[in-house]
Amino acid sequence: MTVLSDARAVAPLSNDAEAASSTGVTARVWEALRSVRDPELDTDVVSLDFVGAVSVDDSAVAHVALRLPTYFCAPNFAFLMVADAHDVVSEAAGVARADVVLVDHFASDAINAGVAARAGFVSSMAGTEVGEAVAELDELRRTFTERALMAGTDLVVRPLMRAGSTPEQVAAMTLGDAPASADLDRLRRRRAELGIPSTDADPLVVDPSGRTVGVEALPLHLRKARSYQVGVDANTSICRGQLAARYGV
Amino acid sequence: MYEKDGEKYFVVDSHMHYWDASPENWVPGAEQYAKGWIECFHAYQSLGPAETHWSIEHFQKYSEEDTMKDLFEDGHVDVAIAQPTYLKEWYSEGFNTTERNGQLLRKYPEKFRLNTRFDPRDGDAGMREFEANVEEWKPIGAKLYTAEWNGDSRGYKLSDPECYKFLERAQELGIKNIHIHKGPTIWPLDKDAFDVSDVDKAATDFQGLNFIVEHVGLPRIEDFCFMATQEPNVYAGLSVVLGGLMHARPRFFAKVMGELLFWVGEDKMTFGSDYAIWEPKWQVEGLVDWDYPEGHDFDDYPRLGVEGKKKILGLNAARLYDIPVPAEMQLPGDSPAAQDDAELVEREVAQA
Repeated sequence: MTVLSDARAVAPLSNDAEAASSTGVTARVWEALRSVRDPELDTDVVSLDFVGAVSVDDSAVAHVALRLPTYFCAPNFAFLMVADAHDVVSEAAGVARADVVLVDHFASDAINAGVAARAGFVSSMAGTEVGEAVAELDELRRTFTERALMAGTDLVVRPLMRAGSTPEQVAAMTLGDAPASADLDRLRRRRAELGIPSTDADPLVVDPSGRTVGVEALPLHLRKARSYQVGVDANTSICRGQLAARYGV
Repeated sequence: MYEKDGEKYFVVDSHMHYWDASPENWVPGAEQYAKGWIECFHAYQSLGPAETHWSIEHFQKYSEEDTMKDLFEDGHVDVAIAQPTYLKEWYSEGFNTTERNGQLLRKYPEKFRLNTRFDPRDGDAGMREFEANVEEWKPIGAKLYTAEWNGDSRGYKLSDPECYKFLERAQELGIKNIHIHKGPTIWPLDKDAFDVSDVDKAATDFQGLNFIVEHVGLPRIEDFCFMATQEPNVYAGLSVVLGGLMHARPRFFAKVMGELLFWVGEDKMTFGSDYAIWEPKWQVEGLVDWDYPEGHDFDDYPRLGVEGKKKILGLNAARLYDIPVPAEMQLPGDSPAAQDDAELVEREVAQA
């Protein structure tokens, strides 16, 4: 591709031209990266400032550098994020190939090689300084999605309780009864990822296995949901602080 | 001792280090890990107040004089419990070994309590080393890193049969307190590394031991809380909680404290500065001044009064380590007693 990245400043491009311009592609790569999240923090990597650089070269290869708060951040989470980023960037319109690398990390080489070769975590870590991991990461992802469901339940339900809803009312509510919000949308997405029904007619409060939580169990369930949310918040704040210290962002 | 508004607080810093991470101590060929590790710790320090930040050179290696000043002259600490972290793969003489901490104990026996460590994966040789350390230093506590990698092993569980042998031996040798690192996800980590169910099992099976979970299982605070509330011999070690959150993110800090006070209770929370990551001075003063911020988010958390702060800052750890507390700094009545398990659970359900 030879379109200048500042072409838009010279003259407005047609939609087709913009779709093919590296500026447009770069914007789509950033957008795609918003769907990649840190499973532990349940926040996307763009919002977390984990994306250090994005560029698209003349061959339509998208180069993405991911960075983390510390040199020793957990390699399994790092692998998940790099692999997910590789997948979504590869599929972005106008990208011929994705080149996603993790920088400034003790396991950078092993992770980057493993992701580029589309190898799973176990095999990409084999024979490296990281060693062989004990399990593939699907289970890990599920664990953290379950936690995200609990934490998200707190974000959606606590305002209702504060506004005066009784446990009886909340236990009887469906997703469609809850006021629209970004937190509710996110809760629906996490449920869908876990295979839990998430239409308007489905119950608002369920446990991570999808079972409805009855009115008896509701107070303790919500109390626990709140603890999950506090844990995520606390961890996120430490990670953000460390990233800021490391990269001056 | 810290005095504020006529109240005297006996301070036990139950989690501090005396390390050497200077380049002279880096293992050839492993320099990047040694460097990365201490830089990672240094980034944690940035979460404290700006005037307490150190240069990386000072942070890599601070002197005995620095330690004595920061802890006891400036930091209000009465007794400090030195915890070891070996990391000999990267640091030639170790990062912070029993022997290194022991230099402090030898010189200032009234100021320090020394903990040792073991790794059940080291087998018979590890057992002999542990026994020798106990013989030499007479510790009543040990610090364990279950997430540490060792050869082909990606970590171990307190509930592993090999670990039980060490816990049994530890109990026989007079060890009372097991500090266990369950905290922020830094190297190395597998999916179970911060799972606390192994503490649950060991705490049930070893009623003669106390288990102080340092960093309260961050990021899985809730798993820790749900477990700790059912185990009378499990404690919340506040290292990192205070240092990493109280200054940088006061509202999150308040929520974490609220959760801990609700589920675990003020009788089972212990102050630890995690020195030299953070100095104790601002942490001690900050906790004494601390209250929840304004706002409905904190309405239903238990309050923390002067008595509770005295327990957390020193009295709870003094009880765990048999440290004598001057009468004027004890609570009226007696020392804090462990709460009845059943009563705790009842209270939670009632409050929930």
